[in-house]
Amino acid sequence: MAALVTRAGGARGRSRQWTALAFLAPLVIYLLIFYAYPLYRNIDLSVHDYTPRAFVQGDPEFTGPANYLDIVSDDTFLRALRNTALFTLGSIAAQYALGLGLAVFFHRHFRLSVVLRALFLVPWLLPLIVSASTWSWMLNSENGIVNSVLQAFGIGQINWLTSPDTSLLSVTIANIWLGIPFNLVILYAGLQNIPDDLYEAAGLDGANAWQRFWRITFPLLRPVSAITLLLGLIYTLKVVDIIWIMTKGGPADASTTLATWSYREAFGTGQPDFSPAAAVGNLLILIAFAAGLVHVRLQRKEANA
Amino acid sequence: MRGPMKAPTRAWKTVVGVVLVAVMLFPVYWMFNVSLTKTGDMRADPPHWFPWDPTFEGYAAALGQQLPALATSLFIGLGTVALTLVVALPAGYSLAKLRPRGAGVMDFLLLVAQMIPAVVMAMGFYAIYIRLGLLNTVAGLIVADSTLAVPFAVLLFRAFMAGIPRELMAAAQIDGAGTWRTFRSIILPLSRNSVITVSLFAFLWAWSDFIFASTLNRNSDVIPITLGIFRYIGNNTTQWNSIMATAVIASIPAAFLLVIAQRYIAAGVTAGAVKD
Repeated sequence: MAALVTRAGGARGRSRQWTALAFLAPLVIYLLIFYAYPLYRNIDLSVHDYTPRAFVQGDPEFTGPANYLDIVSDDTFLRALRNTALFTLGSIAAQYALGLGLAVFFHRHFRLSVVLRALFLVPWLLPLIVSASTWSWMLNSENGIVNSVLQAFGIGQINWLTSPDTSLLSVTIANIWLGIPFNLVILYAGLQNIPDDLYEAAGLDGANAWQRFWRITFPLLRPVSAITLLLGLIYTLKVVDIIWIMTKGGPADASTTLATWSYREAFGTGQPDFSPAAAVGNLLILIAFAAGLVHVRLQRKEANA
Repeated sequence: MRGPMKAPTRAWKTVVGVVLVAVMLFPVYWMFNVSLTKTGDMRADPPHWFPWDPTFEGYAAALGQQLPALATSLFIGLGTVALTLVVALPAGYSLAKLRPRGAGVMDFLLLVAQMIPAVVMAMGFYAIYIRLGLLNTVAGLIVADSTLAVPFAVLLFRAFMAGIPRELMAAAQIDGAGTWRTFRSIILPLSRNSVITVSLFAFLWAWSDFIFASTLNRNSDVIPITLGIFRYIGNNTTQWNSIMATAVIASIPAAFLLVIAQRYIAAGVTAGAVKD
């Protein structure tokens, strides 16, 4: 009906459109200047050879796809791709499994359940630098609490952050810890939407807790699970800080992901190399967008269901 | 019949819940414990599990050296909140109630905007700032930090304002209020809760930001606390009590949010468009 009024109103409808656009204008201008333009600059960086000097003078050499070809043929590329896959998939799988287990655990109220569930948010609210430096010290080879506990069980010193065998595992563990709260909160909210009578009916039919989980909870939670996992994927792909603070991607690239590689090339060494860094960044955007498109489609499907 | 059955199960669950929280929050406890440990005991073997003999030298050093950085972070956080609200509130209102053409496209763009890695944005901003002389400025950092919050804020405001009954707006318009007056005197007061949620998240993200600070502000004398801690780690790896004391202080906003504003946090997370 509102649409009819707008159309019939002619001049009034048009003025309403102008008002609507006026309220939207700050956002549109903001997105153009602070999103579109930086992204454009980033593409521009990736198809030129920007040296720090060319940056200031603004006369870089146009190189076309050369930067992209360079990074794809770089030795680091395959390692970073593999690390990104391991880090991302390992993180979201473990975060999801642990988050879901906790959500089911907290689903039925018990004494202190609200307070305890709130405390689980703490890792997610802490600044990343705080969590990352705490984990660094806990995993310290000589003086870390983790090795000290392992030693009590007769396990010798593990060089968590300084050995190429364990550094990726270490940053993944820290990242899992960071992501559990997010998974817990979303999956917990999803559980609230499953009607209670389903569980009661299943209980009358003599289903045990295990059967109730696999026959009711898990299938009915599928849309929420899909969105949780996809958001986790998108967010984990772009993680830089936790890895950079804990290992700087090392040793010898053992924990370098595409995002940290891009960061290192541009900002992490004394010699900024923006053009290849931008090319890596743009590849990362493509991967994130592919995941994002799946996300948007799933959301539409759920909204229509 | 159910009553007596339930009570023992639930007591058992409380015990398990406490153990789970203890495991989950052990790193936080450890940060706190190390912040109170004497420098001489730092490398004790086995490590001291409890701060029986606490020292405040870490806190003294942290406050002595990092107070300016804490103030900078506070200022950047508040600036980010202000910028985010100014851009996102009218946009949320427009998308929810005024329905401009292209509103659907805007939704899509905001979702896409949230997928862009911060490191890519940092490079773009760096390339722009270096020409404009905005590198190593607080204003530049506020603008960059606001990109973490604006798309989320618009989507949250739009979702919230869509729920405000049309009748309230119609009544105001009959009384002769224009769109701006309706926005200011009806929509804004009713949106109080969502404004609080957005402000909390925008502040927390700006306060916690490391990527923009370490790229756009890395050669500055005026640095936020995240960069303060990072430089601390790089400079003196023996002073872990000072580093952890700074970390504890830097966690105060998070603790504050958890205690004072927990329901707003849950509202924000389940809005489904949150960074992790």
